[in-house]
Amino acid sequence: PAERKRFYQNVSISQGEGGFEINLDHRKLKTPQAKLFTVPSEALAVAVATEWDSQKDTIKFYTMHLTTLCNTALDNPTQRNKTQLIRAAVKFLETDTVCYRVEEPAALAELQKNEWDPVVAWAEERYNVVIGSSTSILGPNIPASTKETFVSHLASYNMWALQGIEYVITQLKSLILSMGLIDRHITVEKAVLLSRLEEEYQIQRWGSVEWAHDYDLCELRARAAAGTLFVHLCSESSTVKHKLLQD
Amino acid sequence: MAALGSPLGTLRALLRELRCASGGAGRSYRDTPAYRHIASAFRAHRVTSEKLCRARQELHFQAATYLCLLRSVREHAALHQEYHGRGERSPEEVAGLVGFRLPQQPGGKG
Repeated sequence: PAERKRFYQNVSISQGEGGFEINLDHRKLKTPQAKLFTVPSEALAVAVATEWDSQKDTIKFYTMHLTTLCNTALDNPTQRNKTQLIRAAVKFLETDTVCYRVEEPAALAELQKNEWDPVVAWAEERYNVVIGSSTSILGPNIPASTKETFVSHLASYNMWALQGIEYVITQLKSLILSMGLIDRHITVEKAVLLSRLEEEYQIQRWGSVEWAHDYDLCELRARAAAGTLFVHLCSESSTVKHKLLQD
Repeated sequence: MAALGSPLGTLRALLRELRCASGGAGRSYRDTPAYRHIASAFRAHRVTSEKLCRARQELHFQAATYLCLLRSVREHAALHQEYHGRGERSPEEVAGLVGFRLPQQPGGKG
């Protein structure tokens, strides 16, 4: 069900063997697969608790992005291991939004060049790789060494953080923009703007339709923000319980 | 480095969002774990020194990201409520749109 009534008064956090747990009144929160909901970071637990406490008369699951991310990390419903997640993430580079350019209209091509070239250049410098961009329908030709560099870099993240990274990449349709966020080079608002550049261009020309454009914009911002926060909170060594994050 | 604005501005906006989000029975938003966590994190990083500068930037980015999350979720839920909150029309309403009435079938559908 998309919504159900709020059935609890108080939301609290407690610390168990495996990490931090969420309590709805006296009940311990469970995942969709009925596992005990445990998170490795206290800050993450606080944010999840806040999602549950923010619900008013009905529980709007579609607004609870951090809870959803934790459930995915705990249940791993797609049954992917670390290697598969990394491969899925790096594969996106072949069709990365910021590398995939149009030739027409000229104004859009110019906008893409001005807005996207800097972030591609940043990624090339930061990771010491060649990426480039392309107007071909096949997309950019990414050298194998570039892919290897990203595979290697992503391998340094634990399984939870990787779920988050792959999620952000899928939402933004761009590995480069996602790394920009993870590396704190750009804000969520900027990343989403760059991801939606063509939409924004069309909106400037033709006007905005609130129930579609703004709706999509807010949803993408919420998801990208949740994913980014999730990655950072799962990666902080000072607050994280490592036992839970064993690959 | 991401263009973040002033940490104080971010903190104020974040606290404002927490106040909006407080759904619990009559409790003040200051009583929530989120408020306590954020307030103590900002307090801990108030001292400016070279060594802590990077940690401060990371905290500010995290706060700005969380602010974006809270704000976007609130705005999205408001748009959803306004434009998509009414659900589907019933069969009777749909029939009525084109001037029909559903037949009465006292024994139930054939």
